[in-house]
Amino acid sequence: MRKVESNFEPKIVGFLCKWCAYTGADLAGTSRIKYPPNVTPIRVMCSGRVDPVLVMKALSSGADGVLIAGCHPGDCHYTSGNVKTIRRFKLLQRMLDQFGIERDRVRLEWVSASEGERYARVVENMTETLRTLGPLNWNGSEEV
Amino acid sequence: MAEKIGVYVCHCGSNIAQMVDCKNVVDYAATLPNVTVAREYQYMCSDPGQELIKKDIKELGLTRVVVASCSPLMHELTFRRAVEEGGLNQFLFQMANIREQCSWISEKKEMATERAKAIVGAAVKRVAFQEPLEVKKVPVNPNVLIVGGGITGIEAALQIADSGKKVYLVEREPTIGGYMTRFDKTFPTLDCAACILTPKMVNVAQHPNIELLSYSDVTGFSGYVGNFTARIRRRPRYVEEEKCNGCGLCTEKCPISVPSEFDCGLGKRKAIYRPFPQAVPNIPVIDREHCLFFTKGICKVCVKFCPRGAINFDQKEEFLDLEVGAAILATGFDLFDASKVKQYGYGRLPNVITSLEFERFSHASGPTGGKILLKNGQTPASIAILHCIGSRDTNFNEYCSRVCCMYSMKMAHLAHEKTEGKVYEFYIDIRAFGKGYEEFYKRLLSEETVFIRGKAAEVTDVAQTPAEKGRLIVVAEDTLLGIVRRTPVDMVVLSVGLEPRKDAADLARIFSISRSQDGFFLERHPKLAPVSTASDGIFIAGSCQGPKDIPDSVAQGAAAAANVLSLIDRKEVTLEPTVAVIDEESCSGCKICLGLCPYNAITFDETKKVSKVNDALCKGCGVCVAGCPSGAIEQRNFTDAQLLAEVESVCASGK
Repeated sequence: MRKVESNFEPKIVGFLCKWCAYTGADLAGTSRIKYPPNVTPIRVMCSGRVDPVLVMKALSSGADGVLIAGCHPGDCHYTSGNVKTIRRFKLLQRMLDQFGIERDRVRLEWVSASEGERYARVVENMTETLRTLGPLNWNGSEEV
Repeated sequence: MAEKIGVYVCHCGSNIAQMVDCKNVVDYAATLPNVTVAREYQYMCSDPGQELIKKDIKELGLTRVVVASCSPLMHELTFRRAVEEGGLNQFLFQMANIREQCSWISEKKEMATERAKAIVGAAVKRVAFQEPLEVKKVPVNPNVLIVGGGITGIEAALQIADSGKKVYLVEREPTIGGYMTRFDKTFPTLDCAACILTPKMVNVAQHPNIELLSYSDVTGFSGYVGNFTARIRRRPRYVEEEKCNGCGLCTEKCPISVPSEFDCGLGKRKAIYRPFPQAVPNIPVIDREHCLFFTKGICKVCVKFCPRGAINFDQKEEFLDLEVGAAILATGFDLFDASKVKQYGYGRLPNVITSLEFERFSHASGPTGGKILLKNGQTPASIAILHCIGSRDTNFNEYCSRVCCMYSMKMAHLAHEKTEGKVYEFYIDIRAFGKGYEEFYKRLLSEETVFIRGKAAEVTDVAQTPAEKGRLIVVAEDTLLGIVRRTPVDMVVLSVGLEPRKDAADLARIFSISRSQDGFFLERHPKLAPVSTASDGIFIAGSCQGPKDIPDSVAQGAAAAANVLSLIDRKEVTLEPTVAVIDEESCSGCKICLGLCPYNAITFDETKKVSKVNDALCKGCGVCVAGCPSGAIEQRNFTDAQLLAEVESVCASGK
């Protein structure tokens, strides 16, 4: 049984593509939509830039989850960068399985520049999921 | 790394400071490794704020700068410039977004402050790994592409062409002019649309700097700011533009008559036709679907009568590649399909028409010669105009279409003038916001138009009293009186709203621009960059960005033209140096990157057996970087080291 902390707040690294997801997240702010502070944004030019190494590094450094967010398929600013993200993500999920990490901890989401509301809901939803899943406990340092 | 980092936390008045404890963030930043100075200030983007940075660079010998303020979309360039003016390379700067993605989304001060610290910490860690980069300057091609030849595109084209620059104006229809060619009068001045539009159309046709590509569309668009290539598809007219002199004999002799799209099907046109007599270019087009030669292989009457041998049934679709430095999209809008709202009976009840059909009736050169007529040929004794059809309606479009109130009142005036009958307006609110608009509304109130405040619930032909028999009954709640009214009339006009073009998504993809929630093209900033897009060198104007009336469309067309001229008169533009570079030593020559690049910017050097990036073609997405199994590719300003530093910092925050 995992020791569930009473007020566990997951730490999530968010890789947001500059053109859609980051702009969408900006819009959420401009529209004053409130959402949990758990996802800390890191700006990349394209979701296709997100090397699986970056995701694994985040998880091994103490993140409880990773969000990758880009343009909707077909709307990629770089034509097809996000298509490569999809393919890479499938492989990444298999790797997560091999590590024994729940697939829900790493999410790929599409958020357009006009979907501030959607970005807020994605963050809310993911935070809630990870609160239930509990800490990742990569190093096994916490009591199990 | 012994860097000297300066951290500046902006209050943004109270925008940040009321939710984030800036003092706390500054104190925290001061404890971070390599941070020499951490300050807070009311407005970092102001002159004194920027001066603070420049002074510290000079006096404290800062080697890196972090500004924690708004989104980089707002002020990244401002601060880069300040850093450069202070004597540092502009890429030794990093921005931490603690407004849009921190203070504005938070409800509790403590949480916002912690989040701000995490964001600032990541930026500080990252900036230490940033490297000085040189921006590349490239020449700008002075030619301009304008897509859409409505009033907006025409205005933009003339402004640019008058300055001596070459304009390619691409129009999908056989003629330019757009919706405005179909309107009768324009509000609030009631001057005739054709009188103010057609001279401009002629100017376009005759302008030595405008190349008009009508009956054409854009199928591809590539390149980067200042150096784009547009692929244009020219559809065959089956009439050679160079030979035709627009005499119209072919149209006169053509034996086939079909409903005219230009007249909303209310009038007829021939199979070889111009949409209307003042069309520009004044060259007919053959409608393949109805022409007897194309359907049955017979007739050829037009060939026989054409005095110049301009008819050419063998014309094929052609593709044209144009080199341009900038593009303006002025593709306009589609009208809401009134038949979607079943309760108003459009398409089912005769004499329920749309506002555009009313314009065609009212137009002096329309199918009825300017008479407003019922299906039985009689003049209606009473007309009801229903506002907000498809607009301000959560079932269809939530937004206000902005023009309908005013054009409805214009129609009421015209209807009253032409039929001398009773005119009713069923409205939710009257939005008369422009210059002279409120005055026009007042005028209408004195002209005996009956204004009923209430959105019509239904239009029916089921009579409840003998007086209603044989008429259309508009059922609506009069919200000022609090009663339900049944108003029998002879004709109902539906004031349909404006929608994004059906193919707006396709065009957005071709030009790599975004659309807003409602489907219209998205501007870079709603207030400060209304005709720019997130893609440099691509501008939007008119109703493709959102519903607009004629004055606003013209203003935007001119604004986009000014933006374009400011861009091309610079002669050269700077490109972001965030391109990918391949380390030859580490490249294994596996060629995986070649297939990943969407721009074919990577080539393989067969002698050295390594891949190479052509940085003129590279757009800096970084897809190849993530895909390289040898880790041989780096993206400048988004290197692994920089991103990993951010990741580590974020993960360590709050511990």
